[in-house]
Amino acid sequence: MTKLTDISVSRRALLAAGATGAAMLAMPNVLRAQDRTLKVGAYGGYFKDSFDKNVFPEFTKATGIAVESVAEPTGEAWLVQLQQAASAGEAPADVSMISQTSMLKGQATELWAPLDAAKIKNIDALIPAFVNKYPDGRIAGIGAVAWYVTLVSNTDVYKEAPTSWAFLWDASNADKLGLMALVSNSFLLEVTAKTFFGGTNALDTEEGILKAFDKLAELKGNVRLWYRDEAQFEQALKSGEIPMGQYYHDVTGLAIADGFHVRSTFPKEGGILDSGCWALSKASKKVEEAHLFIDFMSQPSIQALVTRKVGTAPTVKRSLTDLTDAEFAAASSEIDPIIPRYDMQVEKADWLNEKWTELIVS
Amino acid sequence: MRREPARGLVQHLPVIFPGLMLTIFFIVPFGTMVAVSFFRRQQGGFYVPDFVLANYARFLTPFFGNVLVFSLYLAIAVAVVSLIIAVPFTYLIARSRRVTQVLWLVALLSILSLSEVIIGFAWSTLLSRTAGITNLLVRLGLMEAPQALVPGFGAVLTGMVYQAMPYAVLVLYPSMVRLDPTLTEAARTLGASPLKAFFTVVLPALRTTLVATLIMAFIFALGSYLLPQILGRPSHWTLSVLITDQALYQSNMPFAAAMAVFLVLVSLALVALTMFAGKKLEA
Repeated sequence: MTKLTDISVSRRALLAAGATGAAMLAMPNVLRAQDRTLKVGAYGGYFKDSFDKNVFPEFTKATGIAVESVAEPTGEAWLVQLQQAASAGEAPADVSMISQTSMLKGQATELWAPLDAAKIKNIDALIPAFVNKYPDGRIAGIGAVAWYVTLVSNTDVYKEAPTSWAFLWDASNADKLGLMALVSNSFLLEVTAKTFFGGTNALDTEEGILKAFDKLAELKGNVRLWYRDEAQFEQALKSGEIPMGQYYHDVTGLAIADGFHVRSTFPKEGGILDSGCWALSKASKKVEEAHLFIDFMSQPSIQALVTRKVGTAPTVKRSLTDLTDAEFAAASSEIDPIIPRYDMQVEKADWLNEKWTELIVS
Repeated sequence: MRREPARGLVQHLPVIFPGLMLTIFFIVPFGTMVAVSFFRRQQGGFYVPDFVLANYARFLTPFFGNVLVFSLYLAIAVAVVSLIIAVPFTYLIARSRRVTQVLWLVALLSILSLSEVIIGFAWSTLLSRTAGITNLLVRLGLMEAPQALVPGFGAVLTGMVYQAMPYAVLVLYPSMVRLDPTLTEAARTLGASPLKAFFTVVLPALRTTLVATLIMAFIFALGSYLLPQILGRPSHWTLSVLITDQALYQSNMPFAAAMAVFLVLVSLALVALTMFAGKKLEA
């Protein structure tokens, strides 16, 4: 009997140790144990790691509010999760980094708590396009970071940098390209419209969109990989397996810094400028902390820090930052960018998706 | 030994637990999915409870029909190829020494510990032009220049068979080991060659297991959505890939649910057909 008790004690100890271990693993990334905390969602992986290391500690230092960062998936999965949690009164993150299309979709269901401009002193520093508003003028989100998707190539395979998006259509590129697999993240309709039809206004009508689809169909034979997973293309680009395609300017910059033979080019039609907003879930109770956070992140000095450390383009006016020409050029370009037609992407989402899937699958 | 049918609550008690688990973890989620498939989608938003057939109507097009046919074709191909490789393989293992058996089974089980992502990336590297096996063939003088074998149908099939094989072997193994060796001995004594004995005695004796393996590999392959993306071209994307697209990227849950329900119904019908055909053969 004694022996049996022994076993049960040791097993309980083991269970306790296991539970503690599990709790430690499950614990979010608390930077410092404090009374005031804010859960912030950022794209998992490189983005979140850089913010955890370089940016969030600065906020905690300045305000005493600890940041629990939450890795959010890209695409709309996070929007769906936030939406479902909010209808149950929960907020998996108080403030999240949200893409422009997700911002518009969230607006449709009033998912974003309106922000108070009076509590965001730095709001005037922002480029006006990066203040996301409800149709009635309430502020839904504030630009967090902007990034470019550019024409990337392997320097071993392409000795000369390409100069135009039109080069993707070049017959010499048969079966050599890697492009993004979704109409809503590749923005290739916009690229086609700006490159061949004089601008993204060509997509105002369905006829215009269909014309762009027809032009894109000519590109199909050149595409080897339609990727959803960034790592898949990045690896193939570095090795030269798939020597050209569209990719993020910031991450390509990191690959160059690591010595890989790749380059990122802003074509003469411009890079694709996409951006993410900080938005507050309506289910969050940390309204005060969220405003402090968003205001802090909108300071020109912090925006410059993010540009230096994360490699994204600032959402505040460049003249307000102390970025050097070289630092600015590493993250951005003076060439007029291609701005995605978010309105079209949201209004015609299902139709575009169907046409797009039929285009690339069949 | 004959067992009396269970009577009364106490005798039924042992099946209540699995029944409860089945209800909680299978019937309720599946019911939710069926319900959502009739909900109304709000463009740009989410969905509201309703009863509409639009989600089903939307994929009754030649395009989705083609994708469905390809998905079924791929799943059948994976199941058949897995079976063709797994049957002789398991037969040989089952006939070998205990130590050899254990080693092989451990190796196979270790494949199960790999995630689909790792399997996909490993095969895409193995079949690539820059680092793949064709470089080895060039080195051996069997090929002129290294070639990319990925993306393509062959790559998708290879990856999926690799993933389904361990399951097929694990289903086949118990029956193969328990197979009475005197059966083959009798066939040999009566003058059958080893090969003939294998085809005319061993395989028919294992018919039920073979059908079960086939069905399991088929269902397993039907749900695969990562490998077709990593190793295939868009024309090799299965219905599961499109379901994922709708659910995760378009947040169109009703449409995704409708496609999933349809896929389940079609695969259940195919399984029923296979089992029916199996019964027919036996009779």
